[in-house]
Amino acid sequence: MQLDDLYRQVIMDHYLHPRNQGVLGDDAVSVDLRNPSCGDEVHLQLRVRDGRVEEVRFRGSGCSISMASTSMMTEAIKGMTLEQALELSGTFRGMMRGEPVDADALGDLESLQGVSKFPARIKCATLGWQALERAIRGESAAMADEDGADEDR
Amino acid sequence: MSIAARKSDFPILDQTVNGHRLVYLDSAATSQKPRAVIEAVRRYYERDNANVHRGVHTLGTRATEAYEGAREKVARFIGARSASEIVFTRGTTEALNMVALGYARPRLGPGDEILLSPAEHHSNLIPWQQAAKATGATLKYLPLQPDGTVALADVRAALSPRTKLVAIAHISNVLGTIHPVAEIARLAHEVGAVVVVDGAQSVPHLPVDVQALDCDFLAFSGHKMCGPTGIGVLYGKRRLLEDMEPVYFGGEMIDVVELYESTWKELPWKFEGGTPVIAGAVGLAAAIDYLTEVGMEAIRDHDRRLTAYALERLRELDDVTVYGPADAERRGGLVTFNLGSIHPHDVSTVLDAEGVAIRAGHHCAQPLMRILGVPATARASFYLYNDESDIDALVGALRSAKEFFKHAIG
Repeated sequence: MQLDDLYRQVIMDHYLHPRNQGVLGDDAVSVDLRNPSCGDEVHLQLRVRDGRVEEVRFRGSGCSISMASTSMMTEAIKGMTLEQALELSGTFRGMMRGEPVDADALGDLESLQGVSKFPARIKCATLGWQALERAIRGESAAMADEDGADEDR
Repeated sequence: MSIAARKSDFPILDQTVNGHRLVYLDSAATSQKPRAVIEAVRRYYERDNANVHRGVHTLGTRATEAYEGAREKVARFIGARSASEIVFTRGTTEALNMVALGYARPRLGPGDEILLSPAEHHSNLIPWQQAAKATGATLKYLPLQPDGTVALADVRAALSPRTKLVAIAHISNVLGTIHPVAEIARLAHEVGAVVVVDGAQSVPHLPVDVQALDCDFLAFSGHKMCGPTGIGVLYGKRRLLEDMEPVYFGGEMIDVVELYESTWKELPWKFEGGTPVIAGAVGLAAAIDYLTEVGMEAIRDHDRRLTAYALERLRELDDVTVYGPADAERRGGLVTFNLGSIHPHDVSTVLDAEGVAIRAGHHCAQPLMRILGVPATARASFYLYNDESDIDALVGALRSAKEFFKHAIG
């Protein structure tokens, strides 16, 4: 188990300096997503024009992986069509399942490949992507669909 | 007087994780199982397995004796007046829900109040939230002191003749606070309220006597006290259990069944519809034997010594924030903390890389996390198989985490 595989420099950079922070106006689609098992939260907003992501912003609180992944996601999808964004999300989830990836399609996101070797952290990396998928599908509020690893009684 | 750690009784601890000796510091989530418990469950399945309360055959008798013997053992362990006051459940959550559904709901109405602490585990909070919604009763929360304790003066002030039920954890699973349950029960009884105690963190860790506490209901889980998962206990005073409605209906719990009416068995079986968790009860009985042999006072002393040591060692790391009372006398065997601004998930991953298992998250206490002003915390919890070397490993791994993130960030 190599921690350096998980915490790559570019991840820590996005964690400490998250991109696309803030809020958009009322014309944006908003999604609030929480991971009920750990309390991580993402508030994601997309402004879509002519089927493209014209602008994207997020705010959130959580671990380095969830915040860095969401930050990278916002950079990657800006300017994409909704179909392209969904396709990228599918590719990213595939990478989390350990499937081989096309490095060109992922850019910085490839740095999160190491997360797939830490099963307990995959839900952290996919939180922002779930929010994206819900935003594209027009669902406004929801909870993350990963198992809630609550404290059993 | 403290015991030496009983590591060698627990086969699971004899392994390496990620190339390091396993240091298990998550017993507040679930405890590990001693060989005696694992063997008892195996022996039951190899020799005695049958359904209970029905077969006339020899195995049926043995299984029934084992199951009911376990009930007797639980009753003695917590000082119940009789085994009929012991209902086997799936765990603490089910036990608390049974009280909320079978006892509280039929008796509550608008104007009635349920008093509880905002530090409660979700399982001792949501059942009351739901009961309040269903009946029109009001939830009333006690204020917490800055160190997370509950002041008796606040309890006294909050109680009134409208208070019908008080729900409180004996030991908080996040802050570790030991609540003065006996005093709270005395105050609650003065206004005629019923007291429900969540014993999930206390029954495994200190001597609990329901007569001394004078609680009306007590819920706890087998798996946090060296027993198997899937078995738990609801203790209730006989009079209250007799008045309480069953929650599950079906086989095992009935007396006479007619086409349009049925009657229930006597206590405690009217609450145990369906085939019970027989092997779980057998394992719980073995766990009680094991804990009794070690001695609950000795376990409490051991926890207290380790907690004091952990609090002292954690203070060496100047950017650790510890939550809950500063005094080990007032807390159970767990320490909840944060390391600087490093998210507890990230801390936990680095610790795991060194074989140290702790808990990271909101610990099923989201309202409390909001009061503490943090999204999540890390928690190390101790049991009779831990010793100072485990805490040294924790502190060493926390130093690694600091170094690692300084490096990663720098």
